[in-house]
Amino acid sequence: MDMLETGITRRGLMAGTGALVVSFSMGRALAREAAPQPAAPQPATPEPPALPGSLDDERFLDSWIRIDADNAVTVFTGKAELGQGVRTALLQVAAEELETDPKDIELVTADTGRTPNEGFTAGSQSMQNSGTAIRNAAAQVRAILLAEAGRRFGVPPESLKVENRTITAPDGRSVTYGELVSGQMLHVEAQPQSPLKDPGSFRHMGRPMQRVDIPGKVTGQPAYVHDLRLEGMLHARVVRPPSAAAQLSELDTTSIEAMPGVVSVVLDGNFLAVVAEKEFQAINAMRALSAASRWEEKETLPDQNDLPAALQNLEREVGTVAEAGNMPSFTGRIFAATFSRPYQIHGSIGPSCAVAHMKPDGTLDVWSHTQGVFPDRAAISEMLGMPPEKVRVIHMEGSGCYGHNGADDAAADAALIATKLPGRPVRVQWMREQEHSWEPYGPAMLVKVKASLDETGRIANWGYDLWSNTHSTRPGGAPALRGARHKAPPFPASPAKMQISPSGNGDRNANPLYTIANKRVLWHFLPDMPLRVSALRALGAYANVFAIESTMDELAILADADPVEFRLRHLEDPRARDVVQLAAEQFGWSNMPMPRNRGRGFGFARYKNLAAYMAVAVEAEVEPETGRVRIVRAVSAIDSGEVVNPDGIRNQTEGGILQTISWTLYEAVSFDRTRITSTDWSSYPILRFASIPDKVDVHIVGRPGQPFLGTAEAAQGPTAGAVANAVRNATGKRLYDLPLTRDRVRAAIAT
Amino acid sequence: MAISLKVNGEDKRIDADPATPLLYVLRDDLALNGAKYGCGLGQCGSCMVVVNGEAVLSCMTPVMLMEGREITTVEGLGTIEEPGPLQQAFIEMQAAQCGYCIPGMMMSAHALLRRNANPSDEDIRQALGTNLCRCGTHMRIMAAIRRAGELMQAAGLPAAGEGRTG
Repeated sequence: MDMLETGITRRGLMAGTGALVVSFSMGRALAREAAPQPAAPQPATPEPPALPGSLDDERFLDSWIRIDADNAVTVFTGKAELGQGVRTALLQVAAEELETDPKDIELVTADTGRTPNEGFTAGSQSMQNSGTAIRNAAAQVRAILLAEAGRRFGVPPESLKVENRTITAPDGRSVTYGELVSGQMLHVEAQPQSPLKDPGSFRHMGRPMQRVDIPGKVTGQPAYVHDLRLEGMLHARVVRPPSAAAQLSELDTTSIEAMPGVVSVVLDGNFLAVVAEKEFQAINAMRALSAASRWEEKETLPDQNDLPAALQNLEREVGTVAEAGNMPSFTGRIFAATFSRPYQIHGSIGPSCAVAHMKPDGTLDVWSHTQGVFPDRAAISEMLGMPPEKVRVIHMEGSGCYGHNGADDAAADAALIATKLPGRPVRVQWMREQEHSWEPYGPAMLVKVKASLDETGRIANWGYDLWSNTHSTRPGGAPALRGARHKAPPFPASPAKMQISPSGNGDRNANPLYTIANKRVLWHFLPDMPLRVSALRALGAYANVFAIESTMDELAILADADPVEFRLRHLEDPRARDVVQLAAEQFGWSNMPMPRNRGRGFGFARYKNLAAYMAVAVEAEVEPETGRVRIVRAVSAIDSGEVVNPDGIRNQTEGGILQTISWTLYEAVSFDRTRITSTDWSSYPILRFASIPDKVDVHIVGRPGQPFLGTAEAAQGPTAGAVANAVRNATGKRLYDLPLTRDRVRAAIAT
Repeated sequence: MAISLKVNGEDKRIDADPATPLLYVLRDDLALNGAKYGCGLGQCGSCMVVVNGEAVLSCMTPVMLMEGREITTVEGLGTIEEPGPLQQAFIEMQAAQCGYCIPGMMMSAHALLRRNANPSDEDIRQALGTNLCRCGTHMRIMAAIRRAGELMQAAGLPAAGEGRTG
């Protein structure tokens, strides 16, 4: 029976069982198909006019740029350095339009007490949002200063030269920015248009710049929230339940309170923590407290061995992600398959950490590696019942982030403990097993694809069904914080809602960029989350592009076509074609047979269908005896729009490729019906040096004058597809379930 | 209990529970940021330091075993004003993303380069066998360690940081 019909029948049956909503929205889906490029200002309501990037939310120039009388320049961003190098790129942008050197700018990053509110540093949007805002604000500040200098000198501003924060008139008179700025000169609303510099005259943007944070990091300077040591600071450790649904049933803290250095045992509902003078004392007390606590546990987790069925059973709603042409019907050459992705962790090498200080004036400071200081503040203040203005959240770097990990929870833990011990700063450091067990995971997903070719070898029909939770349970309120769920009374979980938007969530990149006459893409939404999940780098794009690109290769085989040529056959966007062709050319793509047990594979996507274009070709070697796969080399091409720091783009893309190789070959969270069982690096293995490629190349397609498109999440989907396709090419076997473990590869070869 | 250590060439006397892992003594008692807490289980290498020339996981090493030993952390390889060859090489190759694992990588490399300033890629991969990186900076870390070997050979240094600390 036709898969789509089957799906509808099953949904029809399910409709009788509970809350099922089928929210078809043909008009919206079609409108999205034809959506123009991003960054176009929204149609103007009478007021206020749309401003570029995050300027639209923080409209005053001096929210972004301050110039002091001594000519010091301070730039403010609501985005945070997460190891992606955004601090350096934003400095380049500001320096370019302010006509100064990046080293002469102080950049203040996410801090509820000082910076604009730019929401989360997420979705590869920092350059689009903050980079665009800072660039435009800086250009407008420069124009204001030039106009003021022109007025003072009695010459037209166009005749002035500006260099290194000094403006010079044709007759040699000069004045610094600092001498020009007075009063409220920069406290003005930004204009929709800015006198941006021509890319041809760039001195900083578009050129590789060494990251400003690396020298400190390689010489042991304090660089992370983990390195924050405040006067009188106490060390805390939380004791988490053994499983998410566990309830504390018995606890005797007497012996723990008597342990050396222990200052306090914190008990608040199911929230349990110890505080000690020294770190190792806190760890010892944590272990003792853990041993002294008794918990009632429940079997709430799905059967890991039948995850696809478990996911399908959680379906309560279906939404249309995209539709085009006629309802797909399948005849002729058909490919149909089911793909899956397990729960996967962010797995920062440094477990989450935070410091909080409840001060005598009743205000609370929290230092956190959160991705969103403002949303985190809202959630923490709600949890504590404090007015938000009494809570300040200050971003400090953590270990790599890759999405919504334990950062916000650790900040909440520190805040909760600090309010019980006012006066002394409290540092909370999660342990490795806590990070593995309690961070929100990237959601497991299931994808069913069916596609058919027409007589000319083009894809005629495409049906795509995905099953997924939401990919974002970020703080918006206290329930998003683990501590708030554990304390008494607990904040009840917020119900998850399916939201279909152009940039996507679980459905991110579910709609292929390829031109297909008849298609339908559906998201079968799972509101219940038996395992806690949230944003992991690329959200649904990782699994969706893995499924789409695997299917593209199978269809190319059916069409007797080269995989690269087959993709180009279905790509109209010239920028998409450019990265595909460049990656193929630089890889030396051909149809020549590969040596035994070697294979080549290709992958492509435009992230979110509206951000960076990325294509990658990989060569894999497979050991048939063990099933071990190693990627020998990867060659990629990326178009992130206007380039600010080319080495930053390369670094992020290399990292994206390698991290995705790790996800794709090794990674799956394991659990029994009660507990998470991947609690460390031996029970959740990742890529090691022994298995890295020989070479990874990144070729950048520069687009001067075009909008920033972001970089950090462009590689995940295409790399997953390329790896799977290379394994297929090497072994002749298609693997449908991530990760492509040794056991699975060996089993596939044996069939 | 009072314990005497030599850290980055300086004699230090600290008072700690003898079972305390060296990591916490370095970070909390001596305020050194280089060695990082990653797992406390000896699985990730972010706490790596060099003790008497050998790469050692400081999260697994009780401080009492360190009495009289010479300990080098990344702070002992040079300063931000005057970076040593390994540090120079990591900066030159921009071999960091978040950078959290990097000092541990550098200490594993330091132990290797002391023995062999011209290591093969296989030597480097082996020396980094314990070290995990999550950002996927592996290719640049490899390049930086090769580059550090070159810098040391060019400078005529028999070993990384030799002469600064043990």
